[in-house]
Formats: sequence, structure tokens, C-alpha cells
Amino acid sequence: MKFTLSWLKDHLETDASLDEITEAMVRVGLEVEDVHDPAAALAPISVGYVKTAERHPDADKLQVCSVETKDGTQQIVCGAPNARAGIKVAYAPVGAYVPGIDTTLTKAKIRGVESLGMLCSVRELELGDEHDGIMELPADAEVGAPLTDVLGPSDPVIDFEVTPNRPDTNGVDGVARDLAAAGLGTLKDESVEPVRGAFAQPVPVEIDDEGACPAFASRLIRGVKNGPSPKWLQDRLRAIGLRPINALVDVTNFLTHDRARPLHVYDAAKITGTLRARMGREGEELDALDGKAYAVTPDMCVIADDARVLGLGGVMGGEHSGSEEDTTDVLIECALFDPLRTARTGRTTGITSDARYRFERGVDPASVLPGIELATRLILDMCGGEPSEVAVAGRIPTERATVAFPPSEVARLTGLNVAEDEMDRILTALGFAVERGAGQWTVTVPTARPDVTHKADLVEEVARIVGLDDLPAATLPPLQPVQMARLDTLPARSRAVRSALANEGYLEAVTWAFTDEGAAGLFGGTDPGLKLANPISSDLGVMRPSPLPNLLLAVRRNRARGAESVALFELGGAYATDKPDGQKAVACGVLSGTGPRDWRERRQAPDVFTAKAHALLALEAAGVTTANLMTIADGPDHYHPGRKGRLGLGPKLILAAFGEVHPGVLAAMDVPGPVAAFEVFLDRVPAARSKTTAKPALGASDLMPLRRDFAFVVEEGVSAEALIRAVRGAEKKLVSDVRLFDLYEGEGVPQGHKSLAIEVVLQPKDRTLTEEDIEAVSGRIVAAAGKLGAVQR
Amino acid sequence: MDDLKTLEDQITDAIRAAEDERGLEAVRVSALGKKGAVSERMKTLGRMTPEERKEAGPALNGLKARIAEAIEARRGVLAEAALTARLKAEAVDVTLPVATPARGRIHPVTQVFREVEAIFGAMGFETREGPDVEDDFHNFTALNFPEGHPAREMHDTFFFEPKEDGSRMLLRTHTSPVQVRTMLTEKPPIRIIAPGRTFRCDSDQTHTPMFHQVEGLVIDRSTHMGHLKGTLEAFLKAFFEVDEVETRFRPHFFPFTEPSAEMDVRYTREGERVVIGQGDAWMEILGCGMVHPNVLRSCGLDPDEFQGFAFGMGVDRLAMLKYGIPDLRDFFAADVRWLQHYGFAPEA
Repeated sequence: MKFTLSWLKDHLETDASLDEITEAMVRVGLEVEDVHDPAAALAPISVGYVKTAERHPDADKLQVCSVETKDGTQQIVCGAPNARAGIKVAYAPVGAYVPGIDTTLTKAKIRGVESLGMLCSVRELELGDEHDGIMELPADAEVGAPLTDVLGPSDPVIDFEVTPNRPDTNGVDGVARDLAAAGLGTLKDESVEPVRGAFAQPVPVEIDDEGACPAFASRLIRGVKNGPSPKWLQDRLRAIGLRPINALVDVTNFLTHDRARPLHVYDAAKITGTLRARMGREGEELDALDGKAYAVTPDMCVIADDARVLGLGGVMGGEHSGSEEDTTDVLIECALFDPLRTARTGRTTGITSDARYRFERGVDPASVLPGIELATRLILDMCGGEPSEVAVAGRIPTERATVAFPPSEVARLTGLNVAEDEMDRILTALGFAVERGAGQWTVTVPTARPDVTHKADLVEEVARIVGLDDLPAATLPPLQPVQMARLDTLPARSRAVRSALANEGYLEAVTWAFTDEGAAGLFGGTDPGLKLANPISSDLGVMRPSPLPNLLLAVRRNRARGAESVALFELGGAYATDKPDGQKAVACGVLSGTGPRDWRERRQAPDVFTAKAHALLALEAAGVTTANLMTIADGPDHYHPGRKGRLGLGPKLILAAFGEVHPGVLAAMDVPGPVAAFEVFLDRVPAARSKTTAKPALGASDLMPLRRDFAFVVEEGVSAEALIRAVRGAEKKLVSDVRLFDLYEGEGVPQGHKSLAIEVVLQPKDRTLTEEDIEAVSGRIVAAAGKLGAVQR
Repeated sequence: MDDLKTLEDQITDAIRAAEDERGLEAVRVSALGKKGAVSERMKTLGRMTPEERKEAGPALNGLKARIAEAIEARRGVLAEAALTARLKAEAVDVTLPVATPARGRIHPVTQVFREVEAIFGAMGFETREGPDVEDDFHNFTALNFPEGHPAREMHDTFFFEPKEDGSRMLLRTHTSPVQVRTMLTEKPPIRIIAPGRTFRCDSDQTHTPMFHQVEGLVIDRSTHMGHLKGTLEAFLKAFFEVDEVETRFRPHFFPFTEPSAEMDVRYTREGERVVIGQGDAWMEILGCGMVHPNVLRSCGLDPDEFQGFAFGMGVDRLAMLKYGIPDLRDFFAADVRWLQHYGFAPEA
């Protein structure tokens, strides 16, 4: 919302400077976003006198002017049709910044003729919209005088943010009231004397739906002479970025900003029969004032006559019945519209208008009658005419809310100490009526402040006028007993997993929670409930079923930039359903490329075993006893069918999937392969079952462990894990570790078989083992392996 | 006896001439072995007269001892030389480069979350998390956003396709739903922060459709705006690692707090760098206020009995300010060069 300093002073008697005013606005909660002082921008512009103007030798439309300026006589090439000898002009020298064209002038040659500076138009100086030619200044303007002297005192424009709770500050008078309460001056008398009507309002006005349009005040003014509005009004409208149209329309725009009171003016001659506020009908259409046609729907409130829809209530009027230069009889509408319906109509049509903005935030019902009287006065002043009486259809609500307000609430909620008399003064100055009682006040809320419904709202009113600078900085008392986060929680596990993976060489990435629907399809797809209705772009249309697709896309981007190897992990949501528990915490890693070559070791491309190792690393960091994990030789379809696996604490409790990403998936996503990847499902990791924090006894033996090697030939299909498990189980008391140290297939091993070499560690507990003991254990190991078809080599 | 002297000289020369362990052993055998020259001489002692023996015995024994000693000495010298030669042969070019395993990095957002959690943790705040996909109640209604209110529009909400009953889920626009969930399930005193991902349908140079927030909530029977100010100032000092921060509270509007305020902090620019705490300009840094009575009621708390404050701030922006990261959009691009440069060394 914009207004000018002089405009504010129409409502506020004050000696305060511009800085004091803007500082006070910020202090009371009207956040100033910009202060534009046109004088500052115009400082380099001064008056010039065109002594001669001759046609450019090489261009019909250009004039070569000789201009008398503060810098002496300058030659300036000008393309304006009105550039001619004998006029006073706005001269911008070389080096000046011309705001309207966003250019700092330099010495120029225009079609071979040197040009030193520029003669400016109104629009080039951002003084208005006109650009038919250069500005022509009064003949008595002194050459060299600053342009701002000629134009009169400048009027700084203040732009501030209107928060949704303060519809009253959509008018300059509301700003003035806040500033007066904050001690910056005195609010001027805002009351409006009614204008006597000379005759009954002859145009019938009816309301069909008082929910959508509770009240509709109207007045006809006969015999107006419409035309351009006076300069003061045009200047104000231009200053806040509006285009003056004609006096009748300008008056409505003025009151919209002056009093937060939108109005509409109809050319009464174009109204057929009864003017009616009703719901729209299917098939109706409005040619609106913005030059566009809008389809009307049955949930819109329209203003219509017997022939057609004339406007969308509270949003925008129509082309057909608008006031034009030749309007002689004008009907003023000053109505109330339902905020929610207005907002919906605005959203459906996409119309953003000053009227919609105000009606959807709430227009003060008490402004209906003063609004129409003010409009009448302004129109009579500018256009003459004879006013009718005011007719009111519907009912103007006059109920005022009251709030029970214990003044102690201010200290309770803010810690501020404010004297009761000061609270009384502040609330009264803001338009509230205060009835003081012992410990409990009754405060009547002005109709312009629908946001105030609760005592906390009144606390805010007092606090913001007193100023939050006075808040005491207090320290929260310590909590009893001391809160200590439990260690075995998802955040704690996540933290450990992040550190473990980063220490292993992975870079932590954060990628979008959404992904491309096609890509999601490669990873099991997305629940239909997780498709966005309004995605930011079509390739971010669904919630990701795993962080994996986005990480793979990151691999592609990084490899395309020349990265030799990419190791990324992300710890974040995988979205299965739209329920709160449908979001799973997944630690996902991708590994691509071999990294730099090294003289000592040959780097291998990351494979399924790298992925398995890193999944185990993450699981261990998450607190899983990895020795208890089983590997299951299958996994999600986005992995290589022969090179993927799952890790679980049983077939039902799967904690991770890993593998080489399926070459088909990589090809579909245009990612160079191979890529090893893993997904660790952190919220499936069971909480530690042990109730005690004490560790079990160490129980280390003083006896030397013995090591024995075995080589077994097994069928291809027998898993290494099964063999190791069998060997470990053969003599649990003695076998403390089983290590696979060689895998061999080829000569000497039958077709379809493999040789697995295993080192078994035997840890005697109470006595040294004899040769017979060892033989017996070995026998049991070979027998256990034999159950899997393993033959000792 | 001259021949003994000659023998000793011969053997001593041989010892000195031995170039390695084997040569030395051959000398030892030829002198002190069973059939060695010295041993042979020892055997002649038996045939001597006691007088002869009295003279020759000590001489022979002395010879034997001196030779043995000389052999041992030579053996030491040879071993020393052999080790020296071996070590010399084993020398390598230690300037050859070694590949150190590349350490990864923690994302700046994670780093800042950790710092924020540590600072608020020290003030007694616990961390609570909640889902990204939310319903209308937790994201809006319980937070006093009336249906159709313009404040809802301002949130640029991502919605999911409507369900059969017409309701639609959404992506949370702030982490305030976590506050609601906490108030609904826990009893005051409540002192929590809610970090997490948040979403708005907005994308330009300074906005990304996904970003990060941390919100705080304190509910008890006596916490007021002064505590809010003290808590936030303490946080800013600790986070930006400065002794003083000058702040300003501006009254503002949020549906879920009353009174509401935005907090600005003094800052200055030193070249490209932003210095927080002192300076001549104000920077808006967070929104806050006293929890709105309607929010307390929605969460089953009596606003005449319980009260407290809430605040929320952008974590990505905190990271940018503290660590001099220029562009928000890079946070989510997963460019390994960026992650390597702006990321943080992991904890051991």
C-alpha cells in the first residue's frame, strides 16, 4: 500500500519528519518497504531553453536542438514531435541517471550528430504516464533552475506492507490513526457531513442474497460534467502508481486508498431496469473494465440489471456500464461484500484489483454511509450535478464486538509494565471504547478492526504502540528435572550414520523431496495420493519413493561436468503413503566411477560388494549388531537381478537393500554405469532391547587361539553365508571366528562348483586342546559343511 | 714356540680376510674345529712332559681364546656391514605420493541443524520431528488460519490431488504442525525445537520449492515475550559467535501468534561478507510471538492457564549468513564441487 506524505497530512496534524514517520510506522507494525522521494531522483534535472531546432540531416523524425542550459549551450538530438524552438524543457545532462529508461546518459552520436544530454518526457522522469512528447515547462521558468523547484515541493511516496489482520490500514486514514496513537501528531476530524438529496434515488436496487452482499447504498447524481480530475487528485493517483481516468472514476480510486472504501460508479443511462446484487448464472459473462471477458459461475456474487451482468461484486465492474467522459447521470455504489466469496471469485477469475484486495480482507461496514457522502461531495466539487437521496438496500451491520480485558494480561503475556492510564489512552486513540473496571475492562472494538476478538489481540495493540523495544530480555528458568535426550533415537542414529558415511568418503547431499513421475516409476512408483496437484514443474511432480532417483540424477550431472567419481549420500524421506507413518527415514548412498588412478593399487569400479560393505557400515553406525544380520539374495527391481541383496535381522525384518543399479534403470535415466547403491531403512532398526547400560563381561581367555584352514568344494548355488553359518554352528563353544579367505572356480574344481577356503579360529576356554580335541572339532566342521553338499578338497 | 706365533698370525690374517659369515666359519673350523690347527696342537699336550706342558698349555689356551675372540669380533663387524648393505638396498623414493582416502563432507544444512540443536539443547529444548506430508488441520486449521483467509493464500502451498471426500493433503509450509502434534500429545512444560524440511510453491533466485526451517515452542504457566527476546538473543550470540547482538522487535502478523513480531538484527557488510550483530542496517531474521489462544485451545490447552512463545527461522538462510554461501539454489543441486567446498568435516 502506497501513500504520499502530503496525503498522510490530510489526516494527521504533525510536525514529524519523513524519517520519524517511517520509523514510527515500523515500530507500530506497519513495515515500510520503500520510501521513494521523487525530488532525489530528479536532482540532476534542470530547466533548459530550446533556442533553435533544426531537422537532423539524416533523419526525418529527429531534431537537432541548441539548448541553453546550466552547462552552457548544448547540442541535443531529440525525437519528440513537440521539440521546437522557444520552449522551456526538462534537461538531463551527460552523466545524469534517467529513471524512466533506467539509463545513465553518456555523450552520444545519433546518426552522426553529437548529442550532449537529453530532453525528457514525463514518463522518462517517472512523473507520470505521458510520453507523447517532451515536458514543456512554464515560459517563466528560469534556465538552470532545478526541475523540482519548477514542479513545486516534492511529495515522498511511502510503500508499506499491509498484513492480513489490518484491513483498516488499507486506507491512509488508518495509518494516520496508528501514528496519532503512537504520539506522532493529532488525528484530524474524520466525520463527514451528509449531503442533502434533492430527490428520491430513482434507480431500483435490490439484494437477492444478503449473505453475499449484506448492504448496498446507492445515490444518483444528475447532470454531472465528467472530465479530467483536478491536478491534486491526478498527482496523488500517479504518485501511488495509478493512472488517472476521469473525475468520476478517480474519485472511487481515491477513496479506495484514502479510506479503504472501494466504490463503483455506473453510467445510469446504461442501466436497464433494476440493479440487483444476486448470484451469477451459468452461461453469463462479463466484459470487465480490464478489457477481458470472464465467465460467471453460480457461486459468484454479481451486480446485474435486467439486461446483463454489470460487474463482479467487490472485484471489478464491467465495460458496458462504466462511467465515461460523456456520462451525465452517475449512480454511486457503496456496498458490502462477503470476504470469503470475494476471495473465491478473485481466485477463480484471477482478477487482482484494489477492490478485491480490500473486500477479501474486510471493509469496515461503518464506512458505507460516510463513503457515499464523501464520494458525493468530491463529485459535486469536480463535476457539479444534483444528488439524489441515499438509498440503502439490505442492512448495514452496526454491532460492535466487546472484549473482556484484564489489564494484567499485558504484563502476563509480554512482561511489559504499562500504566493502566496509558493502556486506556492507547486503546482509545486506536478507536476502541474502554470501560474500566476493577481488574477487568470491557473494551468495545471499532468495526474497522475485525481482527480484534480476544484479550491477546488487545495486548498486542497496547504492546505495539508502547513499542517492543521496551521488552525486557529475560532468561528461561532451568527445567526441573534436567531434560536429556535419549541416545537411542532416530535423530541420534541419523547423526551417527551421517558421520560414518562421510568418514567413508561420501558427500552428504540434500535433494528435492519430489521427483519426476517417470523416474519414480523405475523405483516402484509413487502412491496415487502423493501426486502433487500444483508441482513447481512437471519433472518434480510426485513425492520420491526413495532418495535414490534424485541421487542418480545428481550422479549424471556431476559425471557430465567431468567428475571422475561421485560418492553421494542423502538421509531423508522416502514417501510411501500420505499418512504420517508413510514417510520413511532412509539413508541412501550412490557410488560411481573409480576415482583417480594410483601407482600403488588398481582401483576397481564400485560393485555390489562395495555397496554391501557400505550398507553394513551404515547399519553398524545405526546401532545394529551386524554379525546377527542375514543376507538375502534378492532385492528391489531397480537393482541388477544377479547383483543385489537385502540385509535383515530375519526374512521379515529387512533393514537395508543394496546392489548395482540395474543397467536398464541407468539407461532410462541416462546415468553412466556402473553405479553401486544402498538404501538403509533407519526407522526399521529396532531399539536396543537391553534395559541396562552395562556392557557384558569381557571373558577373554589366557589360552592361545588356534587356526585351522579348510577348503570346501560346493555347488554354485550354495551361498557362502550358509557355509560360514554351518561351520560356525558346528562347535559353538570353540569356534570363535570363521573367515572366508579365498574363492576359486576353474581348473581342478568341477563344472558348476566353487571352492571356498575358510580359516576357522578355535578359542579354548579352560584347557589347552589336544590333538584329539582338534581332530574331533575338524570332523564336526567337515560334517556340518557336508550337510550342504560341501566336500573337503 | 715361534711356530705358534706364526700360526696365530696366519689365523688372524685369515679372520681379517673373511668377507662374509661363511668365510669366517671356514676359518673357525680350520683353526678351532676338531681337526683344526689349534685343536691339533692341543692334542700334542698329552704327549708332553709336565714341564713342557706347564709352558705350552697356557700358551695354547691363550691362543685358542684370542682366536675365538677375534672371530666373534669379526662376526660382529660382518653382521653390521651386512645390515647396512641390506638397508641401503631397501631404500625407496619417499617423495612418491600416497593416496589418502578421501573424506566426505556433511551438508551445511545438517551442520547448522546440529549447531541450532546444540545451542537450544543447552537451554533445555528437546528436538521433535514430524512428517512432511500433512493435512489441513495440522498445517492450517489448528494454527488459527481460518478457511479462505488471505494468510493461507500467502503460503503458496503445495497440494496433492484431492481425495474422494474432497479433502486434500499438502506439503507442510512450515514446521508448525510439529508444534501442534507436540501440544496434542505432551503435557506442559513443553520446550522444543522442530527442525525439518518445508515446502512452498515458489522458485526464483531467492526461493526454492523446498527449504529448511527450525521452529521453537515453549509452553508453561509464566513464559512471556521477554523470555522470547532473551532466548533469541542468546541463540543469535551463540550461533553467530559474537559477544553482542543488537536486535529489534517489530510488531507483525502471524495467524498463530498474538502478539506477533518479526525480529531484525543489526548487520554490516565487509566486502562480500555479512557481519551479524552490529552495524547500521537491519536484517529481518525470524518471526515470533506468543502462541495464539486459539492455537492453545485447538491443542487442548486452556489459554488462561498456559502460555508461551513460538518462533521460526530459515535454516538455509542462517547457513548462508554464517558461512558466506552466496546462492540458495546451490544447496539442493548436489554438485560435488560445492559439497566438497561448503561441506563440513564429519565427526570421528
